[in-house]
Amino acid sequence: MRVPLSWLREYVDLPAGESGRDLADKLVRAGLEVETVEQLGGDLKGPLVVGKVLAIEELTGFKKPIRYCQVDVGDANGTGEPQNIVCGARNFAVGDKVVVVLPGAVLPGPFPISARQTYGHTSEGMICSARELGMGDEHDGIIVLPAEFTPGTDAIELLELVDEVLDIAVTADRGYCLSVRGVAREAAIAYDLPLSDPALLDVPPANSYGPLVKVEDPAGCDRFVARGVVGIEPTALSPLWLQRRIQKAGMRPISLAVDITNYVMLELGQPLHAYDRSRIDGAITVRRARAGEKLRTLDGVERTLDVEDLLICDNSGPIGLAGVMGGAGTEIATAVEDPETGRVSGTTEVVVEAAHFDPVAIARSVRRHKLPSEAAKRFERGVDPEAGKAAAQRAVDLLVLVAGGTAEAGVTDIAAPHPVHSITIAADHPDRVAGQEYGRETVVRRLQEVGCTVVGGDVLVVTPPSWRPDLTDPNDLAEEVIRLEGYAELPSTLPTPPAGKGLTEAQRLRRRTGLALAGAGYVEVLNYPFIGETVLDAFGLDADDPRRETVKLANPISDEEPSLRTTLLPGLLAALRRNVGRGATDVALFEQGLAFRVDGTDPGTLFKAPRLPVDRRPTDEEIAQLDAALPRQPRRVATVLAGNREPDGWWGKGRAATWADAVESARTVAAAAGVELTVRQDQHAPWHPGRCAALYVGETLVGHAGELHPRTVKALHLPERTCAMELDVELLTADGSGHVEGPRISGFPVATQDVALVVDAAVPAAEVESALRAGAGPLLESLRLFDVYTGEQIGADKKSLAYALRFRAPDRTLTADEASGAREAAIAEAVARTGASLRG
Amino acid sequence: MSAPNKSYDPVEVEALKPEEIERLRDEALAAFEAAADLAALQEAKVAHTGDRSPLSLANREIGALPPQAKKEAGQRVGQARGAVNKALAERRAVLEAERDARVLTEEAVDVTLPFDRAPRGARHPLTTLSERLGDIFTAMGYAVAEGPEVEAEWLNFDALNMGPDHPARSTQDTFFLKDATGHSTDGVVLRTHTSGVQIRSMLAASEPPIYVICPGRVFRSDELDATHTPVFSQIELLAVDEGLTMADLKGTLDHMVVSLFGEGMKTRLRPNYFPFTEPSAEMDMVCFNCRGESVGNPDRPCRTCSSEGWIELGGCGMVNPRVLIACGIDPNRYSGFAFGFGIERLLMFRHNVEDMRDIVEGDVRFTLPFGMEI
Repeated sequence: MRVPLSWLREYVDLPAGESGRDLADKLVRAGLEVETVEQLGGDLKGPLVVGKVLAIEELTGFKKPIRYCQVDVGDANGTGEPQNIVCGARNFAVGDKVVVVLPGAVLPGPFPISARQTYGHTSEGMICSARELGMGDEHDGIIVLPAEFTPGTDAIELLELVDEVLDIAVTADRGYCLSVRGVAREAAIAYDLPLSDPALLDVPPANSYGPLVKVEDPAGCDRFVARGVVGIEPTALSPLWLQRRIQKAGMRPISLAVDITNYVMLELGQPLHAYDRSRIDGAITVRRARAGEKLRTLDGVERTLDVEDLLICDNSGPIGLAGVMGGAGTEIATAVEDPETGRVSGTTEVVVEAAHFDPVAIARSVRRHKLPSEAAKRFERGVDPEAGKAAAQRAVDLLVLVAGGTAEAGVTDIAAPHPVHSITIAADHPDRVAGQEYGRETVVRRLQEVGCTVVGGDVLVVTPPSWRPDLTDPNDLAEEVIRLEGYAELPSTLPTPPAGKGLTEAQRLRRRTGLALAGAGYVEVLNYPFIGETVLDAFGLDADDPRRETVKLANPISDEEPSLRTTLLPGLLAALRRNVGRGATDVALFEQGLAFRVDGTDPGTLFKAPRLPVDRRPTDEEIAQLDAALPRQPRRVATVLAGNREPDGWWGKGRAATWADAVESARTVAAAAGVELTVRQDQHAPWHPGRCAALYVGETLVGHAGELHPRTVKALHLPERTCAMELDVELLTADGSGHVEGPRISGFPVATQDVALVVDAAVPAAEVESALRAGAGPLLESLRLFDVYTGEQIGADKKSLAYALRFRAPDRTLTADEASGAREAAIAEAVARTGASLRG
Repeated sequence: MSAPNKSYDPVEVEALKPEEIERLRDEALAAFEAAADLAALQEAKVAHTGDRSPLSLANREIGALPPQAKKEAGQRVGQARGAVNKALAERRAVLEAERDARVLTEEAVDVTLPFDRAPRGARHPLTTLSERLGDIFTAMGYAVAEGPEVEAEWLNFDALNMGPDHPARSTQDTFFLKDATGHSTDGVVLRTHTSGVQIRSMLAASEPPIYVICPGRVFRSDELDATHTPVFSQIELLAVDEGLTMADLKGTLDHMVVSLFGEGMKTRLRPNYFPFTEPSAEMDMVCFNCRGESVGNPDRPCRTCSSEGWIELGGCGMVNPRVLIACGIDPNRYSGFAFGFGIERLLMFRHNVEDMRDIVEGDVRFTLPFGMEI
């Protein structure tokens, strides 16, 4: 809502020196979000005067037509002689009154004006357009003023060019502040001044001979005021003051009748509609649309109506979408002059509608037809149902005053019974909400200031004013008191919550994981969870891979990425590529976050969340239904890496990142979780089929790691041999974890034995190791693979694995026989399980 | 030791003359002194103190002297040998020190060589800043609550007093969802705030007190630019207990900004409207950079707050009793307060980050300087 300060001052007698900023500060403190205070004409300096065009000489020979004009500016130029002015506009004729800026003046910009040589003449100033004067940018031509003004009259005052405009972002609860009246009320309270309420007008009582109106849907329309005005001069223009106020409020002057309805809406907050009465067929009827009905709205669009749409109709059918936009068929007609007869035809009889519609019905129509309007914005937020009578009267008065019309005596006012809604609160309720003592007297006074009727002692019965439909609950009243007393005055106290338990195990694990991976050289990134089909293709996923079953966005930011991620890798790989594209060579990234999976959910309940009531707690079954409507959202952790894991340096060559680093990153995560990870060979897209590790905790598959498939690397333009790991954190910790039994530390000497075993190349080292461990028994303290050898000495398709075994007993020094015995047992088990042979 | 020699022969004991002993001693001392390194010293040692050295030989002769002379010669030779051994030890100590110094000098390296062999990683500042906030509140007794990012509309909107026709609901730029076959879904959205977690916390608690903070990612269909991102991080707080007031809300906010920015920080509330709180407020904090001193002071402009003195932080208010009712909490007995704000914005003004895109794009050059904690 844009509120010109000059307009507001009409209703509140603000102190003379009070600036727009001063007022804005006070309104902000009272809860109005004043976004800007615009200084109109701040850098404007005269002389800027009315001029009369005496002569026009058309100059030719230039790229565009140019006029050399003589303009009477009265005595404003000090000589009384006509002013010579060169002008590029053509929308004026000899005899027209225009706005002239004289040399020495400054136009908004600032643009200093001086006499200058142009198009072969000296131009002593300029004939001004609305844009040049900062009045608005809708017209390209210059301003042609009504004929009544005398040349030489100061146009700065005439056009009210100097003003301040407060631009207020009105919140959804404060519909009444979408009017100068409402903002003036807040200003009056803020300055403790009386308000001259512009809605306090003499309105004749309703009678039976007003315009014919039938309200068939009183739930959708609980008030309908209609008035008739006849004998309107079709050529009458909106007076300058009215145009200027509408302009400053951010609307565009259109025609007199429309300008008047807009003006009254801005003034009182009541949207009005003016119909050309000659184009209405029978009674104005308010009803819901019928299936298949159509309406061409004022914007020229034909709209198919929904049976919920609230309509204004006549005998011919719909003539307006109630409270949203009128129909083209009954629009006020622009005056048209018949070139032969010289007779002007146009709207001469008007029906003014001031109705009150159901906010929900209006909001739904707006959404349905994607048709926001100034009227609908107000109805959605709640219009004063009592303002209709005054608003209609105001419009009638203006049509009479400035359009030469005659008001008809008939007054239609159809009102559905409106229950009086009052709220009972303890007089100290605002005190208890605020944590500060205001006292009953203050509470009552503040509530009365906002327009409430208040009765009672310790318990108050409060009846909000008609313009505050938002005041429905005790806390609404508390807020009124607290905001007017000032949020700034609130004390600062600290509550004492019960002793807390700190973070959950899952939250602590997330931190440990982040610290461990960052400690291992990975950099955390937080990617958008949006992915596209192409990356899943690049991954080489099978058609039935559950990772292809994505949740999709109905309104994605990018059509390329319309789905929610089922894996973290697409985002991480894109981030990797971005870093490499920006010149990084060695990159290691990680992310922890949610994936969105449909597999494993019940298709019968998925995406079918019930709309539960809000006047009670939902039952546990209902809450379960909500949860059953959601996809699975497992928390996952993933790493990607490319380039060198250790860089080249003065110490020697670096070490390239490999599948093993990816697997090790999984072990890093597992160690943070306190679980033991076992690794098995696997083939799983998007990993290299020969370099893919399946990660297990016990028998549960928790994720994969390794080098990416070369085709995926190529398709995604990744560095060669890019590696990746991803695992499901919840599966990782599903078995519970983290409990550590304190180890018993033996002080007896260690016995070290080495074993080299030859196995088939296809035998996983992990199996050999677990066989050795199993065979070695409890004396084995640790086991470490220290060499892998392949080559001629052991034959093709074989590999030699060399292990260092350390044996130790808790209670004695092991004898050589004991250590060798344990070693032999370990070998025997490896031989039995893996077909290993001892390397000679 | 040789047996006493009873057949005393003065000729044979020439070596035991005092002058001779002194000479041998001086020769030894001179030899040691002349030894340039430990190897030379070792040679001198063998020559002058070894079994075949004159002094050793002289020592051996003592036994052949008559008892009278034996004592005198013994003393003389003993003193000489003592002096020699002492000189040897001293010279050795000197030479060893020289050798050690030389070796350590030879082993010296350039310790300014870089050794970035194990590259450092880092955690994302949004993560660590969110944790930092979490720590402030867990220290006060709050729990950290979390919930799903794809959320039921009832939890994201309806229960928060934002019914289907509420005007505020259409201003949230909600991402709506379709299933894998492209059909629209019923009552499920990408959450627009973490408030659904507040509702879940209230539904899960059998009875207040409830003190939780809810950090998490939220989604609004804004294009990414220097100040907007469709995916951002929020932290919300909810407290429901007997007798909670707006003053408690104010105090909690004040405590938070003091914890984050140091003593003397405070917040300011401005009335606003949110469906889920009543009364509602916008919260500002004193500019931590200029502490308000840039206001009306053109000589000291402040970039952080654009010389406004205050920085807008987010929204807050007393939990709307309607929200409590939807969660089965008796609003006549309990009241609550809540607030929420975006972590990105906090990160931007706390660390002078100018472009939102740097936060979201995952460039390691942005993240690395933030290290492990913030």
